Amino acid sequence: MSTDPMAEIRASFFIECEELMESLQDALVILDEDGGDSETINVVFRAVHSIKGGAGAFGFDDLVAFAHRFETVLDQLRAGKLELTSDATKLFIQGADLLHDHIRAAQSDSAPPAGAEDVLKALEALMGDAAPEEDEAVDFTPATLGFSLDLPGLDDEPQLPVELPVWRIGFRPRAELYASGNEAVLILRALAALGETRVDCHVPDDLALSADTAEQPQLGWTVRLEGEMTEADIREVFDFVTDVCDLAITQDQPAAGEPVPFDHPVAEAAMTEPPAIENASPLRLDSGSIVAAANEDVPAVAAGAAPPDPATRNRAARPESEPAAATVRVDLERVDRLVNLVGELVINQAMLAQSVTEAGMGENPSVMNGLEEFMMLTRDIQDGVMMIRAQPVKPLFQRMARIIREASAAVGKEVRLRTEGEATEVDKTVIERLADPLTHMIRNSVDHGIETPDVRQAAGKAAEGVITLSASHRAGRVLIEVADDGAGINRPRVREIAVSKGLIPADAQLTDAEIDNLLFLPGFSTARQISALSGRGVGMDVVKSAITVLGGRVTISSAAGVGTKFSISLPLTLAVLDGMVVRVADETLVVPLSSIVETATLSPGDVRRIGRSTEVLHIRGDFVPLFDLGVQLGFRRAPASADESIVILTTQEDGSRAALIVDQIMEQRQVVIKGLNRNYGPIPGVAAATILGDGQVALILDPSDLTHPTAPEGEDEIALAG
Amino acid sequence: MSLNILAVDDSRTMRDMVRLALAAAGMTVTTADDGVHGLEVLEGMEPDAIISDINMPRLDGFGFIRAVREIDRMRATPILVLTTESAPELRARARDAGATGWIVKPFDPHKLVKTIQMVTG
Repeated sequence: MSTDPMAEIRASFFIECEELMESLQDALVILDEDGGDSETINVVFRAVHSIKGGAGAFGFDDLVAFAHRFETVLDQLRAGKLELTSDATKLFIQGADLLHDHIRAAQSDSAPPAGAEDVLKALEALMGDAAPEEDEAVDFTPATLGFSLDLPGLDDEPQLPVELPVWRIGFRPRAELYASGNEAVLILRALAALGETRVDCHVPDDLALSADTAEQPQLGWTVRLEGEMTEADIREVFDFVTDVCDLAITQDQPAAGEPVPFDHPVAEAAMTEPPAIENASPLRLDSGSIVAAANEDVPAVAAGAAPPDPATRNRAARPESEPAAATVRVDLERVDRLVNLVGELVINQAMLAQSVTEAGMGENPSVMNGLEEFMMLTRDIQDGVMMIRAQPVKPLFQRMARIIREASAAVGKEVRLRTEGEATEVDKTVIERLADPLTHMIRNSVDHGIETPDVRQAAGKAAEGVITLSASHRAGRVLIEVADDGAGINRPRVREIAVSKGLIPADAQLTDAEIDNLLFLPGFSTARQISALSGRGVGMDVVKSAITVLGGRVTISSAAGVGTKFSISLPLTLAVLDGMVVRVADETLVVPLSSIVETATLSPGDVRRIGRSTEVLHIRGDFVPLFDLGVQLGFRRAPASADESIVILTTQEDGSRAALIVDQIMEQRQVVIKGLNRNYGPIPGVAAATILGDGQVALILDPSDLTHPTAPEGEDEIALAG
Repeated sequence: MSLNILAVDDSRTMRDMVRLALAAAGMTVTTADDGVHGLEVLEGMEPDAIISDINMPRLDGFGFIRAVREIDRMRATPILVLTTESAPELRARARDAGATGWIVKPFDPHKLVKTIQMVTG
């Protein structure tokens, strides 16, 4: 890929932020539940710290500033200077939420979230007297480096004035200098790069050069340095070693050859033989010779290390290896292309199987065995490719934790989220589209399901309510459940509302399950007053339709005083669909199984006519609008004879039902979804298309759209197919 | 000869940035996720210099540097600490552990390269 590497790293930074937020939130949950240990606190600290570090590199100043102040408080916690009370934990959780908001703001280049200052103030108040006296904000200046090597004379041609300042630098390494991997020769060379140097080496009189070791260094140097540089420039050369050498920097000339008195206080205290350097005889070197001396061997020998073994060097050559790379990042587009191709492969395999049979080779065992194996491999590949798009639901669940915190605070309830099966993997798109309905369900549970603390306690329950969010794989589908331990559905009240809103007749006989399902009817709201949370004009009907669009089903169960549970069953992927293959007017169509309630054969008397052209199906005491699928799609003008016809009873997104007359039910099978929108635009009543085993193209129906009042009917039909 | 650098940091972003900066200067970068991982990688390589973060899981930068200095063949290998903190106390601790020098994050890629060139000679 030829994209800008910085843009890639930036994108990767935000992915990493999400991962860090995940571990941060995990750790905070542990802190909240059982206090955690020091490593838990470290995880929290490190996450914030790493986010700050990366953010600084990209100049996300608001994010850096927030993370820095948050980190400062966490650092106090880590140092044991701050007590981990439950209030403190709550503030940390709030801080984490705001940190997440800041990350999102940085990512979308939008304004930082409001309210950050209040939370930071509250966090900082936790520190009380333990607060670091010095203003840390100043300490963490996003200065790019702690030192600089961009020295005049290094890059620029020095403009030599007549009178250049002359510096004299006394430098004698101590053992720690070599022990820390620094090298005196390199420092002398860096000085030589600053300007004209003349180096005098001080050798103690009683020293044999062979006795000068990295463990007991005795050599020292006086460097006469001439050029346009400041003392700061020179000190920068010694930045890494000021604490591990004796150093003296003076301007102008003491008597030539006279050693410079050391000015470093620590150095003086540490000098075991202070007179040694005075006794030393100067040994002169010029900058040329010192540079020449600094060849490859010298650092190693001077540092007391063996020269690098060529064999080890070779083993070192593992270029660009990312040793523990457990994941690769791939463009979603590429994965989708693969998913699409595998879909083609599945279709192709089915067509091949059919051709083989038609060619009369169905009896040939080797052909059939090969075909069988091909089919199994194709299915395996399909499953494998689908798994690439699968992601754990954990991040989604973590978002819900925040929704609960905010929702419960808004209505003065105490609610805790418990999660199960966070590692369950679901198609990425399904996860993305599940966020909104799940958010609404969670808000609904907090608002209507969980009681206020006093009511709970009066009922003998813990003041704190629990909402359990769980995910699991069941029978090739994903089951997601939202369960609360609240009061359960108040069925008399629900019934009352449904009657008052005209949703059901006053004398309707409804089972408990039927009453519960009234919640999914459009416009239904049990809130006695519009609450800040769920009373936003969005009802459970919207939740249900969002889940239906994903090929899912949602059911509800409730027990008075024990709680309510919503169960969402979803397909593992959006690329294939369980469908019922039907024939209508010589056309083959696929009806999504998720929308089918039941199938039946019509008997005389089941159909009643209302008005001129509207027919309804009388089924178990209910009247359901009846449509002839062939007419509805324009395949034929007149409906087939209703008697003895086969009907498919479908549910619609709004919970209402419709019956569709078809000629024949062929089979139930999984089909690969092929979008039509790109080529044909949206077609009323048609969701997509698929290719069946015999190569035939079949439309996949969208029953709710099909029976919508705007669908063509009666005389206005248009011929769609010849 | 191109320099072999080991960069140890638990942040992928930081590893990527260091890699980008150094690769642009013709250096070869190997990375490790934390101190323990860094020591494992060092069993199979002898870098010309090591860049290490401080705050890392399992084994932090101080512990990592101390352990590297215990390895005979790496007693003199330059080790630069890459850290967001610039507190003198932190430098002192890094020095005690055996660090050669330090670079404050966020770093200027150009200067990181120059620093490595300086400490490796």
